[in-house]
Amino acid sequence: MSQTITIDPVTRIEGHSKITIQLDDAGRVSSARFHVTQFRGFEKLVEGRPFHEMPSLTARVCGICPVSHLIASAKACDALLAVQIPPTAVMLRQVLNLAQILQSHALSFFHLSSPDLLLGMDADPANRNLFGVAAQNLDLARDGIWLRQYGQEIIALLGGKRIHPAWVVPGGVSNPLTADRRDTMLAGVADAIARIERTLEWYKEVFGHFDAEIRTFANFPSLFMGTVTRDGELEMYDGNLRIVDATGRIVADQVNPTTYADFIGEAVEPDSYLKSPYYKPLGYPDGIYRVGPLARLNLIDRVGTPLADQEWAEFRMLERGATLSSFQYHYARLIEMLFCVEKIAAFLNHPDILSDHVRARAEPNRTEGIGVSEAPRGTLFHHYKIDRKGLMLWANMVIATGHNSLAMNKGVYQVARHFVRGEKIEEGMLNRVEAVIRTFDPCLSCSTHAFGQMPMRIQLLAPDGEVLDEVRQG
Amino acid sequence: MKRPFKTRVRTLKIDGIDVGAREDETILELAQENGIFIPTLCHLEGVHDIGACRLCLVEIKGTSKLLPACMTYAEEGMEVITDSERLTAYRRQVLDLLFSERNHVCAVCVSNGHCELQWLAEKLGISHVGVPYLYPQLPVDASHSFYTLDHNRCVLCARCVRVCDEIEGAHTWDVTGRGVECRVISDLNQPWGTADSCTRCGKCVQVCPTGALFSKGKAVAEMTKRREFLPYLQQMREGRR
Repeated sequence: MSQTITIDPVTRIEGHSKITIQLDDAGRVSSARFHVTQFRGFEKLVEGRPFHEMPSLTARVCGICPVSHLIASAKACDALLAVQIPPTAVMLRQVLNLAQILQSHALSFFHLSSPDLLLGMDADPANRNLFGVAAQNLDLARDGIWLRQYGQEIIALLGGKRIHPAWVVPGGVSNPLTADRRDTMLAGVADAIARIERTLEWYKEVFGHFDAEIRTFANFPSLFMGTVTRDGELEMYDGNLRIVDATGRIVADQVNPTTYADFIGEAVEPDSYLKSPYYKPLGYPDGIYRVGPLARLNLIDRVGTPLADQEWAEFRMLERGATLSSFQYHYARLIEMLFCVEKIAAFLNHPDILSDHVRARAEPNRTEGIGVSEAPRGTLFHHYKIDRKGLMLWANMVIATGHNSLAMNKGVYQVARHFVRGEKIEEGMLNRVEAVIRTFDPCLSCSTHAFGQMPMRIQLLAPDGEVLDEVRQG
Repeated sequence: MKRPFKTRVRTLKIDGIDVGAREDETILELAQENGIFIPTLCHLEGVHDIGACRLCLVEIKGTSKLLPACMTYAEEGMEVITDSERLTAYRRQVLDLLFSERNHVCAVCVSNGHCELQWLAEKLGISHVGVPYLYPQLPVDASHSFYTLDHNRCVLCARCVRVCDEIEGAHTWDVTGRGVECRVISDLNQPWGTADSCTRCGKCVQVCPTGALFSKGKAVAEMTKRREFLPYLQQMREGRR
């Protein structure tokens, strides 16, 4: 008898989603789908607004990664103004973006995923949280909290507040950096590096215990996309796109990201509010690709900062071509955190970082603008069209998490097929189905604050709707 | 409006305190002189009062009606109460209705943090709006080369209308329609950028209490306004007459 298992909501991720697993007559998984169940409508509701509001308006898409939207949106607005923004403003925006990636990665790795890594996938769900981590490994939990706080503090020192700072504006930033604030940020660099390196050592010890998960957590060939510098180094703010295949071979390189519509199509799924972008030359759904930390580290020639480069060299030894298991998003995230801190220090030590020339002013000189940057979860596109008066006519935002939609679905199926069997649900096997989603760190936008208290219900249904089995949490 | 030119003194009580007032003094002016806070929104130092917003309503002993402090003159023996549960309830209701009538989305407004409506809501302890939002679809007029008018944030205080008429002398602004259909308009209800009478002085922008009128190119929370110039301008003009 075929059955459907529903995991709703998926826990310890950012946003609302559910997973359905379909079993066949023999009790084997026949399909598994990842549904994003919330509808936002931002592209529609910005229509008619003055484009100068767009950075802060779109930042409200999310409370975890508002800075990513600020950056991509401000770049799209710079394109509308058609101005060259002052170099110091570029550096300040980069520091903000890196701090955002640092804090978001810390949240994903320590707060959301480290419970699985430290306590095991089958541990008691009541302990599988940051408090459970603190009880077993206080330093690990402290490092996580400290690193997230450090990133958030840099954001607050630059933008005035931790969440939704309005400091990034079309043409640059609204206020220059002061020396005392820079020194406060720099004072934490050495500590941050030590904590990340300590965590990297710990991760390298434990990931060996997760062989079955590494083999099955969205471990399949796909393309990888991200931005790189002209020299092929990791670039989060202003790079050109590079796409590599599963062997690590470059498929497309130094592609101007503003031409994204030529090679990225967006498919609409009937069972999810999340669109599924695909690589047009390969079509849908063969044009499956991944973005984010794992993709970025798979496609670069080198990271570009000394300590992160050392770690990356080791990471590259995992597999001969690209690292295909999404489990290693965790690893890549830690290396990127190291990169972020090193890069932040480099920018803050730049002699021009305190310059007060941080904004270019102009009237809108173009009616179409595209802004692209790397968000914690991958490449983020903001594409705007305005009228001659500067009012928004149309917007298209391709969100980092969306790029991974096809891969997440495929990953859910792969994990479910491997771990979910029979008619009796075991909590540990369903946790693995959720954990594969967590490796991607999807930001299904905002509202995670309530997630810890939300009950998770999984039902095993017969085709006629009869409840065969049920598991409740919370 | 011309006030009677007399300087006779009246004695009265505000919140139980004995005060002396000139005959041509309003209760609002008297309260401000004595350091008593009465919330205001449409009132603006330098232009005449119209008593439109009803936030400055006060209780006066002997009359069951609430009267606007900005339009009520001090009288001998009056006993005025500026703060009571009843008044607070009415003032909150006024703000509730203002917030629900248009799209006042503070978080993404150019005047976030510098807005009189927002400040008043905070001051009067508005934590939520008690009536359903109307969510009207209102246009943004960005036709002017320097400034933008966003009807979504307008509270119809008519400060722009008065300052343009009384100080600048252009009378570009006026209002049309009634009730929820009421709108601020420029010249003959045409795009602001095509209004010939506009001198582009920007006084209307500076006196607007919210983000309804703002300078072009301002991002969220960037629009701060300067209002100190008004009483000075008026004084200078009166001196010359």
